[in-house]
Amino acid sequence: MEKLAWLVPALTLVAWAVILLAGRRMPGKGAEAGILAVGTGWILSLGILARVIGGGEPYHLSGEWAPFAADLSIPIGITVDGLAAVLLVVVTTVSLFVQVYSVSYMRGDERYTIFFSFLSLFTGGMLIVVLADNLLFLLLGWEVIGVCSYFLIGHWWEDHDNARAAVKAFLTTRVGDIGFMLGIFVFFWSARSFEIAAIIEGVEAGRISSTTVTLGAVLLFCGAIGKSGQFPLHTWLPDAMAGPTPVSALIHAATMVAAGVFLVARMYPVFAASATALNEIAILASVTMLIAALLALVQDDIKRVLAYSTVSQLAYMMAGLGVGGYSAGVFHLFTHAFFKALLFLAAGSVIHAVHSNNMSEMGGLRRVMPWTFGTFTIGALALAGIFPLAGFWSKDEILTDAYNAGFGTPAEELAGSPGVAQTVFVVGVATAFLTAFYVARMLWLTFGAAYRGHGSPHESDAVMVGPLVFLAAGAALVGFAGSPWIGSNNFAAWIEIPPLPAEGAAHVNWGLAAATTAVALLGIALGAALYRRGLPEQEYLARAPLVYKTLERKFFLDDLYEQGFVRAVTGALAPATYWFDQRVIDGVVNGTGLGTRRLARGLRYVQSGQAQWYAAALFVGVVGLAVVVTQVVGR
Amino acid sequence: MPLLYPLVFAAFLFSAGVYGVLARRNAVMVLMSIELMVNAVNVNLVAFNAYLKDPLLSGQVFALFVVAVAAAEVGIGLAIVLLIFRNRETVNIDEVDLLRW
Repeated sequence: MEKLAWLVPALTLVAWAVILLAGRRMPGKGAEAGILAVGTGWILSLGILARVIGGGEPYHLSGEWAPFAADLSIPIGITVDGLAAVLLVVVTTVSLFVQVYSVSYMRGDERYTIFFSFLSLFTGGMLIVVLADNLLFLLLGWEVIGVCSYFLIGHWWEDHDNARAAVKAFLTTRVGDIGFMLGIFVFFWSARSFEIAAIIEGVEAGRISSTTVTLGAVLLFCGAIGKSGQFPLHTWLPDAMAGPTPVSALIHAATMVAAGVFLVARMYPVFAASATALNEIAILASVTMLIAALLALVQDDIKRVLAYSTVSQLAYMMAGLGVGGYSAGVFHLFTHAFFKALLFLAAGSVIHAVHSNNMSEMGGLRRVMPWTFGTFTIGALALAGIFPLAGFWSKDEILTDAYNAGFGTPAEELAGSPGVAQTVFVVGVATAFLTAFYVARMLWLTFGAAYRGHGSPHESDAVMVGPLVFLAAGAALVGFAGSPWIGSNNFAAWIEIPPLPAEGAAHVNWGLAAATTAVALLGIALGAALYRRGLPEQEYLARAPLVYKTLERKFFLDDLYEQGFVRAVTGALAPATYWFDQRVIDGVVNGTGLGTRRLARGLRYVQSGQAQWYAAALFVGVVGLAVVVTQVVGR
Repeated sequence: MPLLYPLVFAAFLFSAGVYGVLARRNAVMVLMSIELMVNAVNVNLVAFNAYLKDPLLSGQVFALFVVAVAAAEVGIGLAIVLLIFRNRETVNIDEVDLLRW
């Protein structure tokens, strides 16, 4: 079954081409091709996961794409190990449900077909990232998903705000990509290969100096900072909500933003060898999770609450990886994909019904949209980390690992410092409280109290509700894969990468779990108490105007970036480049054409039509030749 | 008689012919000038034949061939001039410049 793994991305890429070429003529306008491709990929992925669970060597398939010299060639290949198998299932599942949902959500859109083509292309790119066995191939998939994100965020580009958001997303992640590429070069230069296995082996054999490893790891992480929205490159994610909700669910919740986390996980032995890198990851993650959770408290737009929540949860994953919790971080990625995609799709259902993103125009929807309400609640509780839903298990594992690394004895020797782990734990618990609070706020403002809007909302159709139900089942049940009841923490065993042994959350620290659940319940209680009767006259936080203003202006980071970087480029650099392009480069091109025409206009008088003129020219030529032949050549 | 005299004479005739071809407006005059050039060539051939005392008389024979060809050429040339006159009402070759830019 693993041998067919290459089919999973290949099918989606074929679907992309098919939809582009023939989509409009198809009865389903191209959607059926995309769904068929990802659906087949989904079944294949489930089969592959089943095989991997049973144990066995990872499957490799590689070849040379472009050989340059004896020891330099561009490789192409895939690795199918536990980590890849799990991510295959995540990506194909979320992509499949999002595409089915989009059939209804995007119905009537004038660029329906192109939308589906990009969804397929994106899925293909993400699958390449997941399966790639060398950094160059991974980078290719990485860039594909970046560009698809740009196109999909800007799907309704007629509104300039959407176009601007798309550019902002693309350029911000690009900044991170610069570091990423430099990191790839560092590792190629030091390990003489792009292949991930070779690099990991080189690091572990000690052939690469620790400074180089740290440098390379920090640079690689830059790419993750951009893609996964860590501080300071997180500013693009909330604006990316300008895209259609299925896009937000697929790309900015479950998959693309997870690519950064996946990168760290994929190269984990490299990161684990560098204390500096791990500490950097953990500290940035702590900062990110806290500020994102704070910012979620003051949002009116339901998608923005979810966007900041995504930033915060991604930071949780990174924090888990940063304190040595390899399987904890990946497990949270796994569970988060389900409940966050669910939350976004359910929010989309609400938005469709209410024709507005703003919670100030919602309320009381639990009676008219029961299915959406039910599934949304499951997702929300999973996000808040309530037992026994998925989020509880993964979040708790991260906090346990942080606690152990900071206050107790960690499962194994890892390079990060305990102080950092302690910070992660404290911040993580605080964020859990805030998470539960804003989740409750979102729930009550959307579904509780009475309807504040002006329309007549009703439940969405089965094509939209169906995926919600499936994802809700996922959000409820997948957590048990990492629980101690199904054969002592299977999830860690699935994704273990030798030589890092699978650590046991087989020993769940029930005391800690109870404490964190209590914190979460406290957050929910506070949120419920404050928002039970709907939107207050003035937001509670607005009573502290300075705090509120800081949060409203997103800690002034957007302003900082705008003044500092954007102005310099759009004000000075861009116009200068434009002038150069129009005047100099186009000048040369146009000038060549103009010059040729002027020359021609001068030369055409030679053709006078008069025979005697031609004869005279002939005579002069003959005389000249005679002179040359007799005087010059003859000698 | 030194060889130089007929050669100079032939050169002079040839140059006169060239002038006529290039500078006359009447098409018939151009043809006449072409004849002049042909005859200059004939003089040249005969002069060299005499100078080299060729037993085969190649120069004179060649000159006879040239005369025949020149006659044929003038016949065709005049036929063309006649047709031009029929179509254009003029034999001024400055006015027959249709293949210009």
